[in-house]
Amino acid sequence: MATETVGEEIEAGMPQLDFSTFPNQIFWLVVALFAIYYILSRIALPRIGSVLAERQGTITNDIAAAEELKLRAVGAEKAYDKALADARAEANKIVAAAKADIQADLDVAIEKADAEIAAKSAESEKAINEIRAGAMESIEAVAKDTAEAIVSALGGSSEKAAIDSAVQNRLKG
Amino acid sequence: MAAEGGNGISIKPMEQFKVTPLFGDGDVGMFTITNVTFWLFLAVVAVTLLMVLTTRGRTVVPDRGQSVAELAYGFVYKMVEDVAGKEGVRYFPYIMTLFMFIVCANFLGLIPMSFTTTSHIAVTAVLALAVFISVTVIGFVKNGTAFLGLFWVSSAPLVLRPILAIIELISYFVRPVSHSVRLAGAILAGHAVIKVFAGFAVFGAIAPLAILGMVGIYALEVVVAAVQAYVFTILTCVYLKDALHPSH
Repeated sequence: MATETVGEEIEAGMPQLDFSTFPNQIFWLVVALFAIYYILSRIALPRIGSVLAERQGTITNDIAAAEELKLRAVGAEKAYDKALADARAEANKIVAAAKADIQADLDVAIEKADAEIAAKSAESEKAINEIRAGAMESIEAVAKDTAEAIVSALGGSSEKAAIDSAVQNRLKG
Repeated sequence: MAAEGGNGISIKPMEQFKVTPLFGDGDVGMFTITNVTFWLFLAVVAVTLLMVLTTRGRTVVPDRGQSVAELAYGFVYKMVEDVAGKEGVRYFPYIMTLFMFIVCANFLGLIPMSFTTTSHIAVTAVLALAVFISVTVIGFVKNGTAFLGLFWVSSAPLVLRPILAIIELISYFVRPVSHSVRLAGAILAGHAVIKVFAGFAVFGAIAPLAILGMVGIYALEVVVAAVQAYVFTILTCVYLKDALHPSH
């Protein structure tokens, strides 16, 4: 009687060690595990797996599309840059051509002006020479006359030829 | 039972673990529908709700329920892949079954007045033995006698190897014991402690303290429920890795 109560107390204390319930627990556990395995492997896991794969595919596609768009944008930028560079080169060419034209015109004009100036200065020189020659003649005449007058005023015998040669010598010297 | 009775406190922390027939009284036979049957059934229902019902939509952008299911799937899948390697992925459905069952049973056990199936050594021993036997069979099928290399530590000095082999062999056979007792023990202890605190809550003076203790232990038990499921699963993966790649 006493041992029986002790046994009962222990049994009440630790239902985990009541081996009489083991077959029941194990049987139902195995049933439950098979049920869960069936549900997971037949329905849940393939479904979730396919959803995840589909999402991965969508993300990959989106990333690829974004990459392509980016490449296209880079291409467009390059084309724009090239167009800009071309336009700039063209403008430079036009500017250089215009500059060359202007320079040529300028050169022609300068040459013409130079020629005109040279002609004018030659003309002027000729006129100056003429004037200078005329002046020399006048000086000679005046000097002869003055010398004659001075000689006669001093009371010398005026010999025209001697005076003329003297003045001529003086002017040359 | 009145607590202020002469023979002191009457706390029965173990009564919650009793296996009883659901309909009528009588002996618990193998096929008797008991509270074990009921709570195991609820675990199956919980797994179904969590993994099947939530994913009905199969939407690319998941709603809340579906993300929970995907999270659980991804969590275990990555664990299997990381620990057991690419070949381990073949056994993912089995490991997922273990994980989902333990996690659901643990959390169902946290419902007040519930029966916690995973607190029973009979349940966890079946789980651990199933893992032990399958892993050993997989090891021999995949590697033949090379599987025995698991016990022959080739990196150790030759003299030590027989001794190490014995130690390795013992530790290998202790695996299912520690594997099962860890889970059942953790759950059992937590639930028993909650019941003890609940027993003390009968006394007016220390009732606030006892209730505070219960709340604290309950919070701890929530963590334990998840962590023990995780530990059981990751150990399964580790054992599987040993079976697939027995070399040290």
